[in-house]
Amino acid sequence: MKKLLILGGGTAGTMMANSLVDRLGTEWQVTVVEPDRHHVYQPGLLFLPFGMLDDRKLTRPRNHTFKRGVQWKPLAIRQMDHAKKSVVLDDDSVLEYDLAILASGTRIRPDMTPGLEDGPIAGVHDFYTVRGAQALRSALANFKGGRLVVNVVEMPIKCPVAPLEFLFLADDYFKRRGMRDDVELVYATPLDAAFTKPYAAKTLGYLLEEKNIRLETEFMTAEVTDRRLVSYDERHVGFDLLVSVPIHSGAAFIGTSELGDELDFVPTDKHTLRALQMEDVFVLGDATDLPSSKAGSVAHFQAEILKQNIQDYVADKPMKAAFDGHANCFVETGGGKAMLIDFNYDVEPLPGYFPVPHLGPFSLMAESRINHWGKLAFRPIYWHALLPGRPLPISPQMNLSGKKQIAS
Amino acid sequence: MTTATYTHVAMDKDGYLLNPTEWTMDLGEAIADDLNIQLTPDHWRLINFAREDFASKGQSPGLRRIAQQTGVAIKQIYLLFPKGPGKLIAKIAGVPKPKSCL
Repeated sequence: MKKLLILGGGTAGTMMANSLVDRLGTEWQVTVVEPDRHHVYQPGLLFLPFGMLDDRKLTRPRNHTFKRGVQWKPLAIRQMDHAKKSVVLDDDSVLEYDLAILASGTRIRPDMTPGLEDGPIAGVHDFYTVRGAQALRSALANFKGGRLVVNVVEMPIKCPVAPLEFLFLADDYFKRRGMRDDVELVYATPLDAAFTKPYAAKTLGYLLEEKNIRLETEFMTAEVTDRRLVSYDERHVGFDLLVSVPIHSGAAFIGTSELGDELDFVPTDKHTLRALQMEDVFVLGDATDLPSSKAGSVAHFQAEILKQNIQDYVADKPMKAAFDGHANCFVETGGGKAMLIDFNYDVEPLPGYFPVPHLGPFSLMAESRINHWGKLAFRPIYWHALLPGRPLPISPQMNLSGKKQIAS
Repeated sequence: MTTATYTHVAMDKDGYLLNPTEWTMDLGEAIADDLNIQLTPDHWRLINFAREDFASKGQSPGLRRIAQQTGVAIKQIYLLFPKGPGKLIAKIAGVPKPKSCL
């Protein structure tokens, strides 16, 4: 029997295992290696600090997320040897593979910034882990007013719009508590604007003005000390509450096995999703070094492509499916509204309707209540359709029809 | 040199080259001159890395990546390109500015 090893059981790895287990047939054993015993619905981490989602709805036992036939190894990976086509697990056992899929995701690295190593601590928080989001919920509930700073230390990050969504939801949260006038909201970003793509920059600036969010751009955080962010060019931004989006990197074993770049992301062919420097290895989701966004929708569209390519690859046929960088994300804007954005490697987010051109019901690049309901309705779809690998009525390739073309 | 030396290439309103293939070393020199930066081999090392990285990865490198891959400390990069090295290197190297998804 041939062995397909999927390293990582998050959104990408689980979808992939469940879609391939039946398609590859009885000739293949599909095994997922993932140490964490609970699957986290990561979009929920944004809502948790504001009390908009219950902790119990955030996670499910891992063994409930795999289809019959998928073998799950609840162990951490220590090392991968692609020359020998094997991985060593934490209990010293060795797993060999005929084909491997790296779906080991990304993790936050507060340890890479002086002053963030010990988080979450008083006044310094994040919302990229369950523990972090829970601690931040308490910190927000006890916040008496002052300056709340959201700081992105470095790109790339998981869900690049999440820091802005956090600020929009924070504005709404403090308004509802009748204390918005006592809170100053600041966004410190290493980029040169909050909205960096031309159409978004032209049309979405009103959101920051309307919600009174102050911007600190091109801010490269060197350290966090005495309730201040200090940048490399020696600017100081004081805070009463810091919501840090730390540096992100790939999994630890990618680094120790020397499979990745300086942040342990794996060099990947942007269309076929094959690992560039390894035989019989594909890469999926946040683990890649691709210029696509690190987001669940991207992992989903990639999985649709990879599902076809792997079936061709094991049958010795040329791989026909090509990933186009497609991403599709709801962006919470507060007050029960959201936007939807749809884009790929080459086309920036543009206005229009989705998924049916001209009809919607979701509006692209424009706020609406129905978009917000769409974001909320996605959670059961995630558990019951996306993870089990059931087909969704959305093409993995981006569709330009119905989108308004904007001259740059 | 003045702006007039590169009026033949298309740029966006913020001064980034629209088509990275139109870049030449002379153009890089001219843009740097307009930004009041006198290019030395230390500058060129960073500019060349940004160009190569964009060509192979399809996106412009962030400052930390430039620092790690070239071995030049971020503080040092700020001395070479004061006031926003990420933006300045991208402009002179003729690659797009580092972007987010929106």
